[in-house]
Amino acid sequence: MDFSFFITQAISGMTMATLLFLVASGLTLIFGVGNVFNFAHGSFYMVGAYFGYQLVAIWELNFWIALVLAGLGAGLVGMLAESLFLRRIYGRVNEGGFQILLTYCLILIIDDLVKLIWGTEYKSLPRPKGFSGAVTFGDIYLPSYNLLIIAIGVVVVVASWWILTRTRPGKIARAAAVDREMVDTLGVNVPLTMTLVFGIATALGGMAGALAAPLRTVTPGAGIEVIIDSLIVVVLGGMGNFWGAWLGAILVGEVNAFAVAFVPKWASLFSFLVMVIVLIFKPEGLFSPRQVRKV
Amino acid sequence: MTMKPGPKYSAAVLWTLMILGFALVPVLMSSSYQLNLASHVLVWGLFAVAFNMLWGVTGMLSFGQALYYGLGAYFVGLMVEYLGSAWYLPAIGIGMLAVAATSFLLGLLVIRVGGVYFTMLTLAFGQLAWQITFKWYDFTGGDDGIQGITAPGFLQNPIAYYYFLLVLVMLSMWILKRMAYSPFGLMLRCVRQNPERVRFLGRRVRRNQLRVYIVSSLFAGLAGSLMAGIDNSIHTDMFFWTTSGEVILMSVLGGLNQFFGPFVGAVAIIIIEDIVGAWTEYWSLIIGSLIMGMVILFPKGLVGELHHLKLRMMQLKARRSE
Repeated sequence: MDFSFFITQAISGMTMATLLFLVASGLTLIFGVGNVFNFAHGSFYMVGAYFGYQLVAIWELNFWIALVLAGLGAGLVGMLAESLFLRRIYGRVNEGGFQILLTYCLILIIDDLVKLIWGTEYKSLPRPKGFSGAVTFGDIYLPSYNLLIIAIGVVVVVASWWILTRTRPGKIARAAAVDREMVDTLGVNVPLTMTLVFGIATALGGMAGALAAPLRTVTPGAGIEVIIDSLIVVVLGGMGNFWGAWLGAILVGEVNAFAVAFVPKWASLFSFLVMVIVLIFKPEGLFSPRQVRKV
Repeated sequence: MTMKPGPKYSAAVLWTLMILGFALVPVLMSSSYQLNLASHVLVWGLFAVAFNMLWGVTGMLSFGQALYYGLGAYFVGLMVEYLGSAWYLPAIGIGMLAVAATSFLLGLLVIRVGGVYFTMLTLAFGQLAWQITFKWYDFTGGDDGIQGITAPGFLQNPIAYYYFLLVLVMLSMWILKRMAYSPFGLMLRCVRQNPERVRFLGRRVRRNQLRVYIVSSLFAGLAGSLMAGIDNSIHTDMFFWTTSGEVILMSVLGGLNQFFGPFVGAVAIIIIEDIVGAWTEYWSLIIGSLIMGMVILFPKGLVGELHHLKLRMMQLKARRSE
């Protein structure tokens, strides 16, 4: 294995990691703040991808505007779904199961609506202007669009860190994660906070979908693939652990990229393997503090 | 439990009616299509009831029971394909042994984590099995599945196979029902309601969870292996996550807290699927909206809401006669 090959694979892994992180961070954020597991999170990724396709390929909008609009659109759909449906089952006995069920119904509904609107055939998007080529360093060949995605990922990581730790809304969200009732008593509109968190998380997912559209094909089944990969990421990082999601995404992305290079047929099994190993030795996640084991 | 003629009597009536109803299908229905539909109801009903031992009774929502359903089906399919149709019946037994072993090993792993994690891990393992089956084309036939799986001897006759199915399904349901109302079943309910207290009583939560996981998987595997003989073919979709989702929808529609709820849900969903599927391909949109309305408005499910209604009527009557 020579050096340039190594770098190329590593960059490809980082690209996947960034896209995964955008989805998984939203998943882990919703779980951390509202204790809701949004099984339909992958569907918002898919919705974002289709919005991107609609805006760029059909309405011929500028890619960057389309990217922002696709994210906003997915976030809007997410906020609607949360405030119309999910909110009604908060606090119910066995809430966890019903959450999964309700979000599963959302998957069924969103997947079929997407098929109804855009059809079942595969869609593809061209790369934006100026990012269709590659950057070369000697014999190392790096697609510039991949580098762009990684850069956007770094911006999102830094911005999220800043919002969550340095601003008032971020602090409210983190406080609501620790003690919902206390935050409510202090006069914060917790249900509204939850809807906004849901909106931001699904907007991140939708943006990931639109960003990924030029690299992968856009299909109605995209949501479930993404949710399973994101799930692995979240399990590795620890549920509700924002930074864990980032490191978990990098781990999954890199494992996948190198597995694709060496055993292309069975590549998708390797991230499962990593997950199984982590579950055996540290079920609470690689980057979460070790919990006291129950007898 | 509050039914008038005593629970034993009414349960016997219920069983008799159910078995009689299904036994009469080949006599009353002339077309093979309806027989096929009734066979599907039986297999899915068993699968859903077995699944509900996990979720409704023990509170463990698995999104990966398709793994065992598919395993059962593929054991039959592959053994018949490579060894001949004489292996059909032994394959059902061997498949169940394989399911027991797999669910024991995977169970040790997935039961370490609770709640949402459990659900998602079972989903992940189910999808892993689907991917392996899908990609191992040389052995499993990949996306083509396996066709021409024929049962040996007189079971080749669809009506004979139907009765074979009926006996096995009813026997399994009876075993599951006995189990659900045995001390073991009570322990499972305790595990759902208050695991802490179960520990205080000196019982092991995880061991009971593992046991019910294996039992549920075993019958899911049996359902899968029986399905192989109905359509004479199997497909990778049997491993796909939507198969796991289907039994969840059936259980919710019928009612989680009733033993026969999932069976009723299976009947309802298969009939709706048959009717809706005839005029639109957007069938999951309709079932998704239906179940969503159900979850928000009638969380007890069909059988549960009926039971609730009956209780209300009896209360009303009692109040009037006072």
